[in-house]
Amino acid sequence: MAKKFLSGNEAFAEGIRLAKPLVISAYPITPQTTVVERLSEMVADGSLKSEFIHVESEHSALSCAIGASAVGARTFTATSSQGLLYMAECLTYAAGGRFPIVMMNANRSTALPWNIYGDQRDSISQLDSGWIQAYAENAQESLDLALMSYYIAENIKVSTPFMTNLDGFVLTHTYEVVDVPDEEQADAFLPPFKTDNKIDFDNPKNMAFSAGPEQNTVFKYNEHMGIMNAKDVIKEAEKKFADIFGREYTGLIETYNTEDADYIIITLGSVAGLVKEAADRLREDGVKAGVIRIRYLRPFPNEETAEAVKNAKGVAVLEKDISFGNEGTVYTNVNSALRKNNVNIPTSNYIGGLGGKNISCREIENIYRNLENNIYGIHFLGIGEQ
Amino acid sequence: MALNAKNLNEEEYFFGHKACAGCGGSLALRIALKVLGERSVAVIPAGCMSAVSFNFPQLCFSNNAIISTFAGTASMLTGIEAGLRAQGITDFHAVGFAGDGGTADIGLQALSGAIDRNDNILYICYDNEAYMNTGMQKSSLTPFGAATTTTPNGKAIHGNIRPKKNMFEIIAAHDIPYAATASIGYINDFMNKVEKASKIRGTKYIHVMAPCHTGWGIEPDITVDIAREIVDCGLWYLAEYENGTYTLNRRPKEFSDVGEYLKRQGRFKHLSDEDIELIKESRDRKWDFIDKNFKTTGGK
Repeated sequence: MAKKFLSGNEAFAEGIRLAKPLVISAYPITPQTTVVERLSEMVADGSLKSEFIHVESEHSALSCAIGASAVGARTFTATSSQGLLYMAECLTYAAGGRFPIVMMNANRSTALPWNIYGDQRDSISQLDSGWIQAYAENAQESLDLALMSYYIAENIKVSTPFMTNLDGFVLTHTYEVVDVPDEEQADAFLPPFKTDNKIDFDNPKNMAFSAGPEQNTVFKYNEHMGIMNAKDVIKEAEKKFADIFGREYTGLIETYNTEDADYIIITLGSVAGLVKEAADRLREDGVKAGVIRIRYLRPFPNEETAEAVKNAKGVAVLEKDISFGNEGTVYTNVNSALRKNNVNIPTSNYIGGLGGKNISCREIENIYRNLENNIYGIHFLGIGEQ
Repeated sequence: MALNAKNLNEEEYFFGHKACAGCGGSLALRIALKVLGERSVAVIPAGCMSAVSFNFPQLCFSNNAIISTFAGTASMLTGIEAGLRAQGITDFHAVGFAGDGGTADIGLQALSGAIDRNDNILYICYDNEAYMNTGMQKSSLTPFGAATTTTPNGKAIHGNIRPKKNMFEIIAAHDIPYAATASIGYINDFMNKVEKASKIRGTKYIHVMAPCHTGWGIEPDITVDIAREIVDCGLWYLAEYENGTYTLNRRPKEFSDVGEYLKRQGRFKHLSDEDIELIKESRDRKWDFIDKNFKTTGGK
């Protein structure tokens, strides 16, 4: 273990170096670039023995990764925003083919208007594409997810591609002290990729085929169950990770002072740190404030979220996303989780941070105050009076 | 020794599929795979050849084969080649079979990228001059004058108004290690080009004319015949590009009648004498260029 001062992107690149993918295909887009630049340097200096493919687009980046995964090679790609949308066709393709590709997405707003800063509309728009979606809070978790993502995705019961999301700039470009594991430790954690779902000269296969109406639902059900099976494998991965590296993670969600909380903000990504700080301040004022950080949007933590909020008086979902014509998609998912688990408490939605707009501690404190004062509804942060 | 029908590999790799009797594209695939052999990984995008052969559980390749996205033939080939090489496996052929639309339209960017990187792949474009799988819509390789379902013969516009995109020279302009044109009407020439390409490292491209009788409006038993005639009348040519040099493999002393070639096909039935004259003029301009710039190795 070595301590290094790294940005989120650089920490993720260190995690990928330790995971030793055989093929990396990527196309540059802000704010993803530094992760693929670091990986290119590692390939150039020989510390990472991967084929680095300089593709001409994001569509080709993922199509190439699918080809490499289809011959049994561990693969990596990274993108952001418009790039993620440009490769969208290949997202469902990789998932339907059950190829455990790992991708880092630097969360960034989507055009129009053009904007290079962070929000989560890019990845959340692709929630239905069949990928596991994790959201990191800090650089250490970014590195750790890079390693764990392969463990989870490549498990035979899961066999599902894995997208880890880092908030653009706020996480991708912010430096922290990060523990970088030794290669021996990483090797002990992550076994080599083995699969039968691959092209094989001794046992030739026809892959990525068509399945008509009679068979199609069964394939799609199996795809769904692959992601659902990830719930147990995430637990297994985190236990093994803690045994080897001494860092513990808490599965699909992280709870912060929720046990006795009256008011809980549910959020995801790097803003969670600030929400915890706001909750601490309110605790000093006697308000029982708690926080849930969603770590995985797929598989969605239905029971976990419902269980954590069931004794609260009110819940707000703070997210950097809007499904136009409805509400924030995380909010929709949370409400469904509560309803299915018979948790009947009022909920509110706060849509903020769009296009990189800063979310202040004061705004978060106001969210708690609104819950306390029984003010509910769908609110946009940062547009003035509503 | 040159490959021919007598010494060609007797193994079959592509059979039991649902392609039409007399399909030019499926003949090109079958013959190319017989040349390349069992250690081929075939990548086939959305289109007729994947639609007829990958219907679970009826899967029609005895070698490894995979469908790519429509735009992703070349990029998937790149991943397959790199993934196998990274595992120390090098004795195989990564071969793509894409139609004219999948190559010259939606797949051109990925193909250009692969050639730019000089990935060790063989890309075969089977050209039937329109989007046949979806019911004969115009592609950028549909020739001037052809009626398609999106360039119909109407009162105001008589079929396709644009000439065929010059894919062979576009590909060659990348300074690719090997590019060739071919036709299933000259099958020995095609199979020997596939064999030659299989022995060259880097990116290889073969553009094979492969008529679709339902789209072209001809009887199924003249597919091969019409694929010969398109070469004989000078509207297609057999050539290679290697080491910066264009070589013409076959120079007809006299062209057969263009009008006759066109009038045999339903898609050209509406053409006026004036239209046919325009097509002849464009052919002659092309051959002036070929005679000036291509080395010639074969006569009639």
